[in-house]
This record gives sequence, C-alpha cells and structure tokens, in this order.
Amino acid sequence: MKKFAQLLELLALTPSRNRKIEALTQYFATTPDPDRGYALAILTGALSFKNVKPAVLRDVVTREVDPVLFGMSYDYVGDLGETIALIWPHHGAQDDLPSLTDLIELFNTTSKSELPALIASLLTRAAINERWALVKLATGALRIGLSARLAKTALANMSGKDLQQLEEIWHGITLPYTELFDWLEDKGERPDIDHASRFHPMMLSNPIDEEKDLAVLAPADFAAEWKWDGIRVQLILGKGKVSLFSRTGDDIAGAFPDLVDNVFGEAVLDGELLVGRDFEPDLFNALQQRLNRKVATPKLQEEFPAFVRVYDMLFDGGQDIRPLAWSERRAHLEDWFARNPQRRLDLSEVLTFADWPSLADLRRKGAAEHGHEGVMLKLRTSPYVPGRPKGLWFKWKRDPNVVDAILMYAQRGHGKRSSFYSDYTFGVWKGNEIVPIGKAYFGFTDEELRQLDKWVRNNTVAAFGPVREVRKELVFEVAFDPAEASTRHKSGVALRFPRINRIRWDKPAAEAATLDDMQIFLEAT
Amino acid sequence: MKPFLDRDLRIAPIDVYVDPPQPRARAIITHGHADHARAGHGAVLATPDTIAIMKTRYGEDAAGRWEELPFGEKRDIDGVTVSLHPAGHILGSAQVLLEHRGQRIVVTGDYKRLPDRTAQPFELLACDLLVTEATFGLPVFQHPKPTDEIGRLLRSVAAFPERAHVIGCYALGKAQRVISLLRQAGYNAPIYLHGAMIRLCELYVERGIPLGDLRHSLDVPKAELAGQIVIAPPSAIKDRWSRRLPDPVLAVASGWMSVKQRARQSGVELPLVISDHADWNELRQTIGETGAGTVWVTHGREDALIYWSQQQGLAAEPLNIEAYEDGPEDEQ
Repeated sequence: MKKFAQLLELLALTPSRNRKIEALTQYFATTPDPDRGYALAILTGALSFKNVKPAVLRDVVTREVDPVLFGMSYDYVGDLGETIALIWPHHGAQDDLPSLTDLIELFNTTSKSELPALIASLLTRAAINERWALVKLATGALRIGLSARLAKTALANMSGKDLQQLEEIWHGITLPYTELFDWLEDKGERPDIDHASRFHPMMLSNPIDEEKDLAVLAPADFAAEWKWDGIRVQLILGKGKVSLFSRTGDDIAGAFPDLVDNVFGEAVLDGELLVGRDFEPDLFNALQQRLNRKVATPKLQEEFPAFVRVYDMLFDGGQDIRPLAWSERRAHLEDWFARNPQRRLDLSEVLTFADWPSLADLRRKGAAEHGHEGVMLKLRTSPYVPGRPKGLWFKWKRDPNVVDAILMYAQRGHGKRSSFYSDYTFGVWKGNEIVPIGKAYFGFTDEELRQLDKWVRNNTVAAFGPVREVRKELVFEVAFDPAEASTRHKSGVALRFPRINRIRWDKPAAEAATLDDMQIFLEAT
Repeated sequence: MKPFLDRDLRIAPIDVYVDPPQPRARAIITHGHADHARAGHGAVLATPDTIAIMKTRYGEDAAGRWEELPFGEKRDIDGVTVSLHPAGHILGSAQVLLEHRGQRIVVTGDYKRLPDRTAQPFELLACDLLVTEATFGLPVFQHPKPTDEIGRLLRSVAAFPERAHVIGCYALGKAQRVISLLRQAGYNAPIYLHGAMIRLCELYVERGIPLGDLRHSLDVPKAELAGQIVIAPPSAIKDRWSRRLPDPVLAVASGWMSVKQRARQSGVELPLVISDHADWNELRQTIGETGAGTVWVTHGREDALIYWSQQQGLAAEPLNIEAYEDGPEDEQ
C-alpha cells in the first residue's frame, strides 16, 4: 500500500506526461501479481465496491469530527476524499497497512455493519499519504488527472507491445489481469477473448475548427450525417444474446428490454440510442426519463419507446470489418439492413452536399427546423480506430443559442474557487418580475471572475448561507444548447449546457430578454 | 470585566496599537512580516531582533523612534505593563502580554509551538483575554513533522540528480527555517539563494543563527545547479528567473501545501508541509492552556475556531482587522 500511495501522489503532482508514464512503467515492472493488477484496475477506474461508498466514509468521519467543523473544512478543501484524509483526528502507530490485494479483499468481504470499524482502524493506522490514497481508493474518485489511456500506454511501454492490441482485449479480460501481465511479459499467449461478443472501444470525433480545418479539407473526401441528440451506444447482436453498451463500456441492456428483445441478426453496431415512435426522435429530455434506471416500467417503455439509429458497423456476423474504409463498412451496413429489416433499428441517413457552405446551410436549417445538434463529418477512407484519432471524424456542432439574462443570485464555488462567488443564477423578465431560467459557473476568465466576485460583494441585497442575492442590474449573455420546456423551473424553461458567453457590463437590465423571447428557442427544438 | 483592549487592537488607556495596519503615533510590533510590521509609525516598541529586521527591510528611518524591549522584560507605560514573550514564529517574533488593573491580555501575533532553531521557543502565557491568530484554523490542518518533510525533500534530491530542486519560501523566516532544517538533517552542501533571500539570511547569521554554506544562484553556471537545492520566493519559482535552473523540481514549503488538490492546481510538484504557524491542534491546545475565558480570533480562518471555542464554553468572536487578509499565496 505504501508503494501504491507513493505512486498515486507522484501521478497527482507530476505535470509531465512522460514522467507519469515512467513512474507507472516502473511500478508495473517491479510490483508482483496480483497487487499490480488491482492497482491497474484502480487507476483505470475499473474497480468499485458494493458497500464502500463515499457516504460510508463520510459517516465514519462525522462520528469522530463535529459535523459543523467537517462542513467548514469540506467547503474549504472542496474534495470530499481529501477532506476526510486531512481531518481524520486519530494517529496510530503507523504499522504497515495491508497489501493492496488484501485491502481490496477486506473491502469486498467485510459486512456493512463491520465496515465503519474497519475503515476507522485503517485510517488511524495509515501514514498521512497512505490515508489520502486509502480514501481515494475507497471512494473510487481518484481525481489525479490520469486517464486510463495513460496507464495502458505505460503497459505498452513496459512490454514493447502495441497499444492498440492491448486496447482490443482490454474489455475482455478480468481482474486481477494476471493473463494480461503474462502476455505483456512474454510468459503467456495473448488472452483469447470472444471478439464479436465483447465491448470494443469506440471511435470518437474531434470538434471542427471552422477556420483552419474547412480550408484544407476536401468536401468530396467526407461523408456527412446529422449529429443526433441521444446517447452513443454499441449494440452487440450475438447468437442468442444481445448486449447494449454505453460509451464507457457499461452494459445498459437491462434498462431497455423493449429494444433488446426486438432486435435480431448477428453484428456489432455503432449508433445513437434515442426514444420516440416510428423512428421520430423525441427530445433528449424524454430519453433522460429512461436513463440511469436499472429497470424500465411497462409504462415508461410504452411512453418512451427506445430505438437505435445506426451509423457504423464493426463486425458483420463474425467478420471484423473495422480495418475497412468507412465507405466499405457503410456498404456492409446497408446490405445487412436489407437482409435484416428491423422495427427498433434504423439507418442514419448520409447527407448530400456539394461544398462546405452548402453543408453549413444544411446544418443551420437542421438546427432551426428539427433541433439537430449539428453534423458529423467522416473521412470516407477511414478505418474504425478506437479512441479519438486526429483528422478522421469531426463534429460540427450547431451554433449555440444566446440570450441576455439578468444576474439574480451568486453562490460560492468549491475548491480553488471557494473564496469566489462563481456560480450564477440568472433570469429573464416576466412582466415586471424576473424569473430564473438557469445557472452557470463557467464561460468566464479568471480575471472576469475576480471582477464578478467584486461586483457581487458590492451589490449584495440579501444573503442566505452561501448564496447572495444581488441587485438585478448586471446582464449576462448566456449561451446554451437547446432549451426545453420544464415543469420544474418556475419559468417553464430549462436550458442545456448554459454558460456565460459575455458579461454585458454595458447593458441595462431593462433591455434583457423576456420569457416571451424564450419561446422561439422552445419552438425551434 | 470589560477588556482594556479595543477590537482594532488599540490599548485604550494609553492609545498604543498592536500591529496596526495604518501609521500610528505609537505601535507595538509582534514580528517583522509585512502584514504586521508597517513602515511609518511614530514610535515602535519591539524585540531587538524585530527592530533589526524592520530596519533591514524598511530602512533606519522607517519609524520615528525605535524602542527595544528584550523578551521577558516588563515596561510600564502609563499604568499598563507591557512585556514581550517568544512566539516561536520567526526570529524575534513575540506575543504581547498586557497587564492593567489585574487583567491580563495576550496578543499572540503569529506563533507556533514546534521546535525551531531559527526562532526563540514559544512561551505559554496565562491570561484572561487571548487574541489568537487563526491562519490554520480548520481541523484539516494537522501539520506533519517538519523533519519528515525535509526527509521527503532529500529523497527527491537523491532520486533526481540531474534536476535542481527549487523551494519556494517566504524570504523572512521560512527560508532560514528550511535551510536550518536541512542542516539539522545533515545536508552540508552549499545551498543556493535567489537574490531576494540574501539580505535576510545574512541578518540571521549576524544575529547568531548558523545557516552553513550559502551562495548566490547567479554566481554559478546552470549545469552546476543540477542536484542542488535553490531557495527562492514563491513568486519566482514559476517566473522567468527559474529558466536558469536545470529542469527544476518545483517545491513550495508552506502549511497550505497539505491540500494536494491545491498543490496540483498551482503546479507544485513537491509540496512540503512546513509551517511557521500553529496548526488546528496547537491552536486549540493553546487556547485551553492559557485559561482565557474570552478569545478573539483574527488573521485567518476564524469561523471554525470561534465555533470550537464557543463549544468549550468560552466567549469567542472574530476581529475583522482591515488589511489582514491572508491567502494561500502569501503565508507569512
């Protein structure tokens, strides 16, 4: 545990990517199985415990520390795990903590009722850095700026194996990855996994830079599709088994029985999960009713039927077609659809356009008339490459909507911003009254934050705990993705991804938008 | 009993201020840090070390009159007895004990209770009213042993012989303490100083604090600083100045460094939790041991300490003294 704690600290504090890889490589090369396998799982976010949760840790701590003092401390530190590690008031003999493997075993096997005592004793025994690592491990929130990709890069680096080969088997191997390390160290074969039935890391796009990219890219080289406003999924149709994976590789099939029970064929498909009748996508809001649920009630299934709009194919039957060009994969996909007509799957249309200006025009119309999020551009010759390769797929999002709204309340931020009023609630006119329409806490520079903080302090009319009500005088130009009707907001409108586009120090509040102005945004979507 | 000290630290019967932020006719100065010791007072009463520090930083004429009061010596000023007692914060730092008609008031200034070879050791004073600092007045601040932190630094120096280690330290107090801790740990190699550190290090040496072999970082070619320790003000370590160092490991020595997420956000690679202030446990211990029934809290995170004091049945309130806002960037 000591060694792992040192590794975590180094990873958290070393800004250099190469030094992080170096440290990881060294750790993996010098740590025995199964400890290093568990470390790898922690670093890649692949480990979680059934009973050890942030709330349990919080309980353990607030039994020992006055909750008011804990609250003040959490407010200051801004990170629950780090607050717990720093505030723990008992300091024991600092004998060695269990090994990583034993610790995980303990977390997995200790009953709920005995867990608090175990955690308390571990916290007391741990040296200060170990305590920090222990809490990170237990809460599963590392927040050390390390991507799973970097850990895998270190493994490739250590073994001289190809990173992509490693990525391909990643989702098919299991803890504590001994067969993986055997292969990496040439002590065993490459783990054999059933390729067609495993999650395959997805190919992702980069945002387009309208000025730089469009000037050099040839329109004829690219296929365009609508950017759908749902969630990205991988649908695996196997012999007798259907899996539905989210972008992060979580199987969410259980929540969508109406979908998975009504698809057939043999393939691995890439597409957008949407809800709606007759392939007419409903708003994201409707889809949200069905997300983050373990089961779907018949009523929900009836009200918000799910379907997948398919835009790519990774396996046709048992054949891995990922190395083929997009245009060839598309041909496979269209053939497959012709052979397997479906009620819950349809094809994402390929848009026809002559040049970039005409596509820009199409994109504008799609946003205004159908609420499309934008368009996707896919290089016709590109193979299906996991990760976010440069230059192959681009997303070209619709222009955001903007509205001039009035600052109403400000709240202090967390962490680095705990001394600043950085979270802003803003509203628009409804008659002579101002009604809140949303909240934003980014979009401004550090310098602007300092100015806003000062403005808030000088213009406070009332304070409620951490929240200050301010004079209704400052106007923000707020940018947002679609607006949707909402019953939860007093204004009846909910904005998606609102951010402060500009601070209109110059604009009088009387000239800010009205609720009536907001209606066009609702109708557009 | 109504205290004879006002909430802006004016000793009412004699019109003398403790650490006033504005120029005053008569001031008692606890120690030489800029947020306590300002230039421009009429008369300054302080320990000989503090006066030497103020003269070095601000010049001989920074006060109309200098009055030295050695530790432990009592001086009667129109019926108020004033004495200065070690606060353990930096060289010459003092707590102010005020006695008047049977009432004892102590203003701690900044203090710490851990041993430090560069500061006279803290003395506990019984009193009725305690005016305490609260720089680290939150229970998350539990400072580790400074010797352990120096151990981490030396391990890092050994692990990266091709890199220089630059330690961001406040020029008065922290720099000399870190150097002294390094010497105590047996590190006898030359230690290199940023120009802003030199004058005060020399003053410490003149006043009897040995710091070993110190050199100006400008005097050596870049390559020779590989594997060496360089001390600089925190503002310099990420500034252009640091480009003259070979692939530096950025370290900062400060009590604020205990919060790793903060250290990370500010780009510090090696946070050293070395503080010249009392931590949460020392603050509470001291409040308890002075026997004070009333506690005024200033200089830092007052809320938690006031809450805690009130839980103990003490009368406690914050002092909001203008210009006493400390932030993580300028621990002094």
